[in-house]
Amino acid sequence: MSGWQTHNGRAARLMLDNVDTDQLIPARFMSTPRSAGYGDFLLHDLRASGTAVIDPGVSVLIAGRNFGCGSSREAAVYALVDFGIRAVLAPGFGDIFAANAANNGLLCAVTDTAALTTDTTIHIDLAALTIRQGAHTSGFDLDPVWQRKLINGWDDIDLTTRAAGTISDFSAAYAVRHPWTVPRQG
Amino acid sequence: MSRTLFAKLWDRHAITTREDGASLLWIDRHFVHEGSHHAFARLDQRGLPVARPDLTFGVTDHYAPTRRDRTPDADIARMMRTLDENCARQGIRHFGLADPRQGIVHVIGPEQGLTLPGLTIVCGDSHTSTHGAFGALAFGIGATEVAHVLATQTIWQKPARTMRITVDGTLAPGVGAKDIALAWIGRLGAEGARGHVIEYAGSAISGLSMEGRLTLCNMSIEGGARCGLIAPDAITRAYVAGRPQAPADMDAAEADWSTLFSDPDAVFDREVALDAARIAPVVTWGTSPEHALPITGTLPDPARAAPDEAGQIADALAYMGLSAGRPIAGTPIDQVFIGSCTNGRIEDLRAAAQVLRGRRARVPGMVSPGSAPIKAQAEREGLDRVFAEAGLEWVASGCSMCVGMNGDLVAAGKRCASTTNRNFKGRQGPGARTHLMSPAMVAAAAVTGELTDLRGLLAGRGTA
Ligand code: SF4
Repeated sequence: MSGWQTHNGRAARLMLDNVDTDQLIPARFMSTPRSAGYGDFLLHDLRASGTAVIDPGVSVLIAGRNFGCGSSREAAVYALVDFGIRAVLAPGFGDIFAANAANNGLLCAVTDTAALTTDTTIHIDLAALTIRQGAHTSGFDLDPVWQRKLINGWDDIDLTTRAAGTISDFSAAYAVRHPWTVPRQG
Repeated sequence: MSRTLFAKLWDRHAITTREDGASLLWIDRHFVHEGSHHAFARLDQRGLPVARPDLTFGVTDHYAPTRRDRTPDADIARMMRTLDENCARQGIRHFGLADPRQGIVHVIGPEQGLTLPGLTIVCGDSHTSTHGAFGALAFGIGATEVAHVLATQTIWQKPARTMRITVDGTLAPGVGAKDIALAWIGRLGAEGARGHVIEYAGSAISGLSMEGRLTLCNMSIEGGARCGLIAPDAITRAYVAGRPQAPADMDAAEADWSTLFSDPDAVFDREVALDAARIAPVVTWGTSPEHALPITGTLPDPARAAPDEAGQIADALAYMGLSAGRPIAGTPIDQVFIGSCTNGRIEDLRAAAQVLRGRRARVPGMVSPGSAPIKAQAEREGLDRVFAEAGLEWVASGCSMCVGMNGDLVAAGKRCASTTNRNFKGRQGPGARTHLMSPAMVAAAAVTGELTDLRGLLAGRGTA
């Protein structure tokens, strides 16, 4: 995965609060192999009913509170990423969704979206943690490790493999301290 | 220094901590299901093996056909076969469709004794919070994190804030764990506990069976919490004893577990108290678990709601086909579903059967036990006959109509009284209308054909 530091793109606005992972990708699409692309599944039923409108070419989503709440299905993130969305700007996100996003190059920026519009290009700077549109600039919140992952295109496995020695030392000592935790065989 | 149960669990699993405060946690049990194919593919891409197949368990549940005599469609068969192959290839023990221990992951973990106090348990399914009922740190993770756990048997986590929900007093007859869960989510909202780990405490909680505790912790995620926790006690130990995977040295295990409680002066970031006696049977009316009402309540009116909520309420009422200001009781339903990892355990089936015994359901419905052993147990107790005589379909175990991945769907516009955990739009099928409630309340709805207060149907039947 390649990282990114700045992004300029047009936004769509989704006025709903609590857009959950079942809305982001209905379960019936989830047996599809990722290689087939998940972009068409994004908000499938809300788009089909006209409740959500996201024009092709849009790469930023301005969303309501608690975006991505619900389940751990990472396919919700795949649908956004495969559609071409680079960043979701919202007052708050579901915890697991936001963690999944950071592992797939998708920015979940916690920010006040009131001043943003869909009329002109939005400029996002991951290093400076700023969003600029026209003369308006605002900041956003982002976990510093997620910031590093997005910029470098890393996921957690990249970060952890550096601690391999520490892990094996720990697990050996842990098995001695709590031997009952090892399951029986069979 | 006094610590919460959460802090004690965290400390014993923390391997190292990085500069942003996230710790690398050791994982004791990792459950994978059909949906984990993305994670296995990621592992293959990097050429990494599964680090600890002995701590990893495969479960076929999300796509499991509940009518085992029918041939599943090609997509579903492929999902199940991919899990079979990944488990076999990586040396992972697998509770597949043909295994007599098969069932929903959050049901069979406890049932087999794989879920124990003091463990860390993860699974690529948000309702992994269920296992917290044992005093285990258990939470759902995404596919990349599943790949991470497969590769390293660890996961990075930030310490959560802590919330204690204390429920004291005695629950009224016919009121149970599902009602406690929906009551607090209705009060605090679907993101009321976001970023928190909830510890449930109080006399009404220690009075719950393990089944009830599992239901309560299962629903924690619906209020936004990462995990639910209940400190292990004599009820926990009695449940674990004799399970196939219970520790060989139970004395050593129990000595360790006896330290797993929040110290008396431990400080929580947030404290919430509920009076058990004031909780009525709860049903949801809308499209979020926070849309919960006592069955005696009336539907909200957008005209009277705060401006920022009015739109959502109107939207939810429209989707659900309901009118503002009307009593929720008396709403006609089209079908019922009893099952899922929330309410598919033996006690749930008994509670539903108690209402249904000797009665006919006015609407069709399906009863899916949470596991094959529960199915066998229910059949030994004759519960299957109670359901069949009431006119409900008795099917095999799996996630079934909780999520509809196996094709068990509620049709568009149909209203289903359901024991599951999510009433999101389209959760049970495109356009489906879901009302969440306890198994006994679903049984009562089946018997009357409408949402109804089960307490009117319990006379002369003891209490659930
Ligand atoms: S029954 Fe529903 S909530 Fe439980 S594991 Fe299956 S899909 Fe998830």
